[in-house]
Amino acid sequence: MITAARQYLIFLQRSARIAFVGDWRYYTWMAVLTAITLLGLNAYAKQLVHGLVVTGMSDEVSWGVYIANFTFLVGVAAAAVMMVIPVYIYDNEELHDLVIFGELLAVAAIIMCLLFVTVDLGRPDRFWHLIPGIGQMNFPNSMLSWDVLVLNGYLLLNVHICGYLIYCRYQNRKPTKWFYIPFVFGAIIWAVSIHTVTAFLYVGLGGRPFWNASIVGPRFLASAFTAGPAIIILALQIIRSVTQYRITDKALLTLRSIVQVSMIINVFLLVCEIFKEFYSGTTHGASAKYLFFGLHGHYALVPWIWTAITFNLIAMVILVLPVSRSLRWLDVACVLSIVGIWIEKGMGLVIPGFIPTPLGAVVDYVPSLNETLVCLGIWAFGLLCYTIFLRMSVPILQGRLTQANEGLPEITEDAPTDTALPRPAAH
Amino acid sequence: MSSPEPTLHSDQPVTGSTDRRSFLRSTAAFAGLSALAASLAPLRELKDFSSSEEFLQKYYKELSPEEMKKVLLRITDEVEHQYGIRPHVRDLKPMDGVEFVYALNLTRCIGCRKCVHACVAENNQSRSPEIQYIRVLKMPHGSMDVEKGNHVYDDKEVPDKGFFYMPVQCQQCKNPPCVKVCPVNATWQEKDGITVIDYDWCIGCRYCEAACPYWARRFNFTKPEIPADRLNPEMAYLGNRPRKQGVMEKCHFCIQRTRVGKYPACLEVCPVGARKFGNILDPESEISYILRTKRVFIQLKEEMGTSPRFFYYFDK
Repeated sequence: MITAARQYLIFLQRSARIAFVGDWRYYTWMAVLTAITLLGLNAYAKQLVHGLVVTGMSDEVSWGVYIANFTFLVGVAAAAVMMVIPVYIYDNEELHDLVIFGELLAVAAIIMCLLFVTVDLGRPDRFWHLIPGIGQMNFPNSMLSWDVLVLNGYLLLNVHICGYLIYCRYQNRKPTKWFYIPFVFGAIIWAVSIHTVTAFLYVGLGGRPFWNASIVGPRFLASAFTAGPAIIILALQIIRSVTQYRITDKALLTLRSIVQVSMIINVFLLVCEIFKEFYSGTTHGASAKYLFFGLHGHYALVPWIWTAITFNLIAMVILVLPVSRSLRWLDVACVLSIVGIWIEKGMGLVIPGFIPTPLGAVVDYVPSLNETLVCLGIWAFGLLCYTIFLRMSVPILQGRLTQANEGLPEITEDAPTDTALPRPAAH
Repeated sequence: MSSPEPTLHSDQPVTGSTDRRSFLRSTAAFAGLSALAASLAPLRELKDFSSSEEFLQKYYKELSPEEMKKVLLRITDEVEHQYGIRPHVRDLKPMDGVEFVYALNLTRCIGCRKCVHACVAENNQSRSPEIQYIRVLKMPHGSMDVEKGNHVYDDKEVPDKGFFYMPVQCQQCKNPPCVKVCPVNATWQEKDGITVIDYDWCIGCRYCEAACPYWARRFNFTKPEIPADRLNPEMAYLGNRPRKQGVMEKCHFCIQRTRVGKYPACLEVCPVGARKFGNILDPESEISYILRTKRVFIQLKEEMGTSPRFFYYFDK
């Protein structure tokens, strides 16, 4: 028992050490991210002192980019399962080793989600009121309490799965199936639940007709399963180019077909939504009118949403055409879908729900500089986490950092090797 | 562990590079820590945020009478420290056999907004930034669609011809969406029908504000400011005691008045008698009489199923 704990500590220590090792590109990247994180931290410190008045939010539009980013990132986290499903249900070999990269992305995304919720709180010092047992959790009535549970649960599940598989690889032993397969399937269901619960957060509000629509849930899932794998496609190519980790084009193209189908469904659901909001001409369409065409002389979101729709449509066309089998076009389509969905799901979903207010006032919302810095800081911190996770896991998955070479000189840099790296064994 | 001693370390040139490396490393660590400290510098201005008693304070419904006494004393001291006035803070409980209901006569209301300002004065609302619980809508004749209402009318004289005025405040719903969504039970409905907020328990997530179909809730986006000479020292824990930055507040039917048998401030100030308030469980009360005899009265957004305890009616 003690030996096992000691071995685990050595593993953690060696993994932590390697996070500080890299070439100049790595150091520059990490330094830039750290600097942005600190700028964000500084902006948040100001917000703590002066209150949420330093944001663009008001009693009229009481949630802004924090909750918008939170909503988008829940989708990214949930999308990690889109890699897990082909591997564990359809036995797709190409994606097998890449699942861990997807799940690590989920972990980083959930960390960002939790940070975005925290910075949105007026009294973060009272977070303990949410903890069951010592606080007062309004479960099962409040959808927000559900969200707290499912997000933290999802974080634990993914940390367990990644941590276990990576540690097994480090020790060069086969993972015990019952110790992770049930969790993998649990995580698949859980991923759908985090997104559904987050959608219900909005859907449950009867006083906000723009959100109080059953299409919000399905649209959340469709857009998440577009943007999430799109991010993974880009991330995998970056990993491939900087680490010589073997990632086949075939794996990327498998992900392409997921993005392709999800984007078609996403656009179809958008059409359904637009028809419902505008054809009947009821006063409940006011928020959608504000979003797409402007209302009573207020047009703040109009350029954003049309940008998003244009991006999504172009991305869909590229994805459907055979050109997207070439990585260059696939990358263009991925970037367009990520940006399009970020706008549409963030600003396009959260803000118009508040406009007009239940008493009919139309008040625009524009994020303040301080608010934007906090957002950038959280994004930078999330990327920092993801980079560190990858920096630790790639050498282990490549078999360069194992229990067998404990005590030998540590890896100090990734020297380019001429010889092909051994293909990681399937677990 | 029989690891071979790494031979690299005995090499002279490499040691030199190790020295340079460790120097660079410690410089980087030092720069990083200084940057961290610099980025946290604004926190030095953080004062009066939360005392340890307030931080550790239990949930309202779990406070014993002795603990409540201590809490009230803490609040009294804090208010005195901040405003130089020793207030009278009480924890007023709902009365038995009482359910409060409000009715507003839209034929009479002239839109003078006296209720808005009486409410601000009574309930110690922030003057900067301004927080108001009552919003008066100037509505064109013939429509109850709030989207047609004007929130910011600035007429020299009221009432304006061709319009009626509709004040909206917390509707004290029987089925309140705000209570349902609160993740920490910081807001709840009391026995006498008033939905209250424990300002010391609210985490400031503003979910209730998003859920309210009447736009009745207000958030303290920054530290509320009240001139000391305007402070109303007659206070209730769940009522008009000064709020902190980062928590929600809203109309509570003037708990500090109505639970000791007085009328709400908005009613007392109304120059045309448009506002009626009382105990619906008492068949002899004026409010019971109005709801019994008026042919039409309106619950705002009845289709929401919130079942407000706030009724609008017309005389003719």
